Amino acid sequence: MEAMLTYNFMQRAMLAGLFIALSCSILGIFLILRRDAMIGHGLAHVTFGGVALGLFLKITPLLVAVAVAALCAIGVVELKKKASLYGDTAIGIFSSIGMATGVVLASLASSFNVDLLGYLFGNILAIEKAEVLIAIILTIVVLLVIVLFYQELLYITFDPESAKTSGIHVARLDSVLAILVAVTVVLGMKVVGLLLVAALLVIPSAAGLQLAGSFRQAVLFSCLIAAGSLVSGLFMAFYWDLPASGTIILSSFVIFVILFCVRLMKRRR
Amino acid sequence: MALNVDKKSLVSVEGVSFSYGTTPVLIDVTFSIMPDDFLAIIGPNGSGKTTLLKIILGILQPSSGVVQLMGEDVKHFSHWERLGYVPQKATHVDPFFPASVREVVAMGLLSQKRFPRLLKHKDEKAIDEAIEKVNMRRLKNRRIGELSGGEQQRVFIARAIVNNPAILFLDEPTTGVDAEGQARFYDMLDELNKTYGITIVLITHDISVITKHARKVACLNQRLVFHGTHEEFCNSAVVQEILRGDHHLVCHRH
Repeated sequence: MEAMLTYNFMQRAMLAGLFIALSCSILGIFLILRRDAMIGHGLAHVTFGGVALGLFLKITPLLVAVAVAALCAIGVVELKKKASLYGDTAIGIFSSIGMATGVVLASLASSFNVDLLGYLFGNILAIEKAEVLIAIILTIVVLLVIVLFYQELLYITFDPESAKTSGIHVARLDSVLAILVAVTVVLGMKVVGLLLVAALLVIPSAAGLQLAGSFRQAVLFSCLIAAGSLVSGLFMAFYWDLPASGTIILSSFVIFVILFCVRLMKRRR
Repeated sequence: MALNVDKKSLVSVEGVSFSYGTTPVLIDVTFSIMPDDFLAIIGPNGSGKTTLLKIILGILQPSSGVVQLMGEDVKHFSHWERLGYVPQKATHVDPFFPASVREVVAMGLLSQKRFPRLLKHKDEKAIDEAIEKVNMRRLKNRRIGELSGGEQQRVFIARAIVNNPAILFLDEPTTGVDAEGQARFYDMLDELNKTYGITIVLITHDISVITKHARKVACLNQRLVFHGTHEEFCNSAVVQEILRGDHHLVCHRH
């Protein structure tokens, strides 16, 4: 481990990765329990369209992508409510539109294809100092919002109708969560890549839910599993010369399987 | 109609109508709920009971009419901590949701808090007291999904009463609860009403239980076809007609 951390690129990967993993795993708990687990994948597709639009309009692509992803995340929330659609259907609609827009714009201006891919497929082992900073700021914002709205978010996730009768602005909080997820997906993609950010939004939280006896435990377990997956995945990637995103995701999956088996055994007793 | 809207009422419903699209669900409903009432709202399926409750609680907007909660228009009502609500689906909890009993009961405290709605040390005592009132102390750290339907229902009651509300609304609270659990549950409601002075508003299909526990009855069939005491209800021809004589009514003395 010590040898691994003597390299600057590994230090940056560890630091930025841990922060992104923390953000994703906390948000992931809420998404899974709201049946919106696939929103990470969906918004990743939307981000493709957003980055393409930014490059096409010659406006900072990352900003355009954040705005487009946030709008689409709110669109998913609204479509679920107003059109009485299930979350996966609403996500499917927006992710398809995002991809279609990206493909059309990329075709119209084929010159920016390389830039587009650079924005979409960040590499955790090629993180720059600025990206570490992005990851830290993002996580501070996510943590701040979650801490301040923790009780309300738990309530609207568990029982939105009763939450309304407690004077909680459910629609407003739905939008806050949607925007938070959108920003995390776009910035997380830029820093650690699409594959990793989408996986970190689902697998550590799903693993944490296997053994949690309370919501607080679920959040804590999810964070620890995400961090453990990241460290072990980077370790394997470094010593066995494997793609880091893949080893991190596989590590989290192994943890998920172990915890799933533990749960099954507990149930049989 | 035995009872009319009263200025001292906790809830006043005046001329409320509601439609889903072009289908009318409620037509010109007017009645009031007084302090200490134990009111049962009954009616056939699709008669608008749950819709009426959602309108009273501000979850749905009526197409016409006014609802006042404790003298305030529900649109501007801010004292949500004085109301407790147990929704219809309370016994259909996601078995994998990782909330503990304590966490669920704590949700009820949010209505009395302003931003940031963080729980404080004194809240722990209120949570414990609410759990105690519904006899769930031994299960307070268990996951809600691991409990039986009757136990879950008690947890939702604890959540609804953790603020010591003036009025408690329950929408078909014993759906999915076994007969023994139902009996214990209604006895508990009686105790909350008589000992703690909490006004109870209960939507139910269970005629025998409401005649045993409720002191007032409102019968809906899109319109309010009856509103009166339970003795009046037992003798009411219009109720027998609405229920098409399917139920054998036994009136108990309170």
